[in-house]
Amino acid sequence: MRALANVDLRIDAGEFVAIMGPSGSGKSTVMNIIGALDTPTSGTFLFEGVDMTALSRNQLALVRRSFLGFVFQGFNLLARTPAIENVELPLVYRGMVAAERRAIASKALARVGLAGREQHTSSELSGGQQQRVAIARAIVTDPAVLLADEPTGNLDTATSREIMDLVTSLNVDQGITVVMVTHENDIAAYARRIVRFVDGRIESDVANTRAA
Amino acid sequence: MFFEQLRLALQAIMRNRLRSLLTVLGIVIGVGAVIAMVTIGNGTTARVTADLARLGSNVLFVSPGQFGPGRASADAKPFTLRDVDAMRSQLASVKAVAPLSQKSQTIVYGAQSRTVSISGTDNAYFVAQAWALQQGRFYYDSEVRGGLPVCIIGQTVRKELFGSSDPISRRIRIGSIACETIGVLEAKGQSSFGSDQDDTVVMPIRTFQRRIAGNVDVGRIQVSANDGADTGLVQADIERLLRERRRISIGEEDDFSVRDMKQVAQAQTGTTSMLTGLLGAVAAVSLLVGGIGIMNIMLVSVTERTREIGIRLAIGALEHQVLTQFLVEAVVLSLFGGALGIAVGLALAAAATSALEVPLLIDLKIVILAFAFSAIVGIVFGYFPARRAARLNPIEALRHE
Ligand SMILES: Nc1ncnc2c1ncn2[C@@H]1O[C@H](COP(=O)(O)OP(=O)(O)OP(=O)(O)O)[C@@H](O)[C@H]1O
Ligand SMILES: [Mg+2]
Repeated sequence: MRALANVDLRIDAGEFVAIMGPSGSGKSTVMNIIGALDTPTSGTFLFEGVDMTALSRNQLALVRRSFLGFVFQGFNLLARTPAIENVELPLVYRGMVAAERRAIASKALARVGLAGREQHTSSELSGGQQQRVAIARAIVTDPAVLLADEPTGNLDTATSREIMDLVTSLNVDQGITVVMVTHENDIAAYARRIVRFVDGRIESDVANTRAA
Repeated sequence: MFFEQLRLALQAIMRNRLRSLLTVLGIVIGVGAVIAMVTIGNGTTARVTADLARLGSNVLFVSPGQFGPGRASADAKPFTLRDVDAMRSQLASVKAVAPLSQKSQTIVYGAQSRTVSISGTDNAYFVAQAWALQQGRFYYDSEVRGGLPVCIIGQTVRKELFGSSDPISRRIRIGSIACETIGVLEAKGQSSFGSDQDDTVVMPIRTFQRRIAGNVDVGRIQVSANDGADTGLVQADIERLLRERRRISIGEEDDFSVRDMKQVAQAQTGTTSMLTGLLGAVAAVSLLVGGIGIMNIMLVSVTERTREIGIRLAIGALEHQVLTQFLVEAVVLSLFGGALGIAVGLALAAAATSALEVPLLIDLKIVILAFAFSAIVGIVFGYFPARRAARLNPIEALRHE
């Protein structure tokens, strides 16, 4: 069985794309490929013109840490670890000194509205707050592309709106390319382009004219 | 970055305190055994060396028979006092030639009794041993020649038999004789091999032969060469003289042996080297088991933390960074075991050396070596689990529950 088949997708810098489709249709799989976490068994994936399928594990890791920010489906924060340290983690692996990365991580947390919660561990944060820590971790490195797999899953409408406003501003004000998976139409409505997957194929790919 | 990994390692170890402690037990035992063994060994060696220096390297021991594998000394002809006289008159560069026969026997004074080593000799013995009197006098020639029952006692005998009262002129019952105490020797302490040298009674050799041993044998002869004399030459002289006296033809082997203090000490330490080897084997096995323990627990840790590793890899940790993290953890763990082992080993050594009355000599080199060795155990046995962590597929790791 194939998770994806005959997918031909081109995303330009600065776009805001929503990926929709039923459960099991291959949305996470395509996100993993775009996120340089996975490589397709056949076919190619070009990032900035470079064939990702030809890269080594370490080269893929370098692409991830240099250009990509990932918000995973399910937050994937480190357990028993304070929010600030979760956000600092990508900077740690870049070899940034402690004082500098603490300052940058604090700023990222403040941007997602979590100033003052630096020392809270995941178990001391609500679902929405954990989601925002995950976003702060994704944007702390100033990535060129933000990949978010259901960033508002499990969140109430008000919190979802806050998060989507944040994502939209990252796209509009900072020019970060955003690719986001969602099940909800009103969340997809924030994007300027909506790609629908069914059974591992692209069913439709349309511009969202109603986007703000 | 390194500091960061050290912090992570300490965090992970502290999170499972008891498990970490049990994990490093093998290393603790291995390192502890090595440290204790070496430290006790050093103390004993220092003690022997100090004793040698005090006794002088110019003392030779002449015994009937040959020592070594397959050689019995029992059937060799014993020496007599005529041998001693011949050596006294014919050897050059010799300060003292002392006959020495010894036997363990129970002695009685009043209500006190005690089993001690009885030595039969003459005044030359005290010269050869460099042993001074604390009280009283040495033997008169007439006492030695006549084999009179006069005794010079060691400090332990004085303390145990006489307590605080004056022992001079008191008579100690030794078997069938009542021996008059004429002198008390200075304290000498334990010998290098652990026996109490002060637990002794010394009497003229003829007295010993007639009243204690019932023969005319001399057990061995102690020769003290002059200061600055070549003991090798003296040794050769003794051998030539004794071969002649014992009528050993050319080509035949000596039926006696002449050894200096160093050779005697070597013969003694030969037996301890087997013990040392045994302890060394225990240490090696413990370190191996300890290393496997660390590998095992690190593999468990990698499995438990698969998701965490997935997160780290997904957000940009390179393979070598994850590898280092787990390697540092294994090394910190084994160093912790090493440090604990050093502490345990030194504590054991301190207890043992004070019991043996040898000096506690801590060899910093061996402590550092033990520490380095535990680090190596950590690296060797931590490498496989760490590599497994570093090679995890991030997507699969993230899916791991
Ligand atoms: N490790 C795997 N091995 C085999 N098949 C897999 C694996 N992971 C996912 N799949 C399959 O690939 C298909 C696509 O899965 P994917 O996770 O991309 O779906 P999704 O669109 O993200 O669904 P959801 O909305 O539930 O997250 C599914 O049919 C799934 O069963
Ligand atoms: Mg999914």
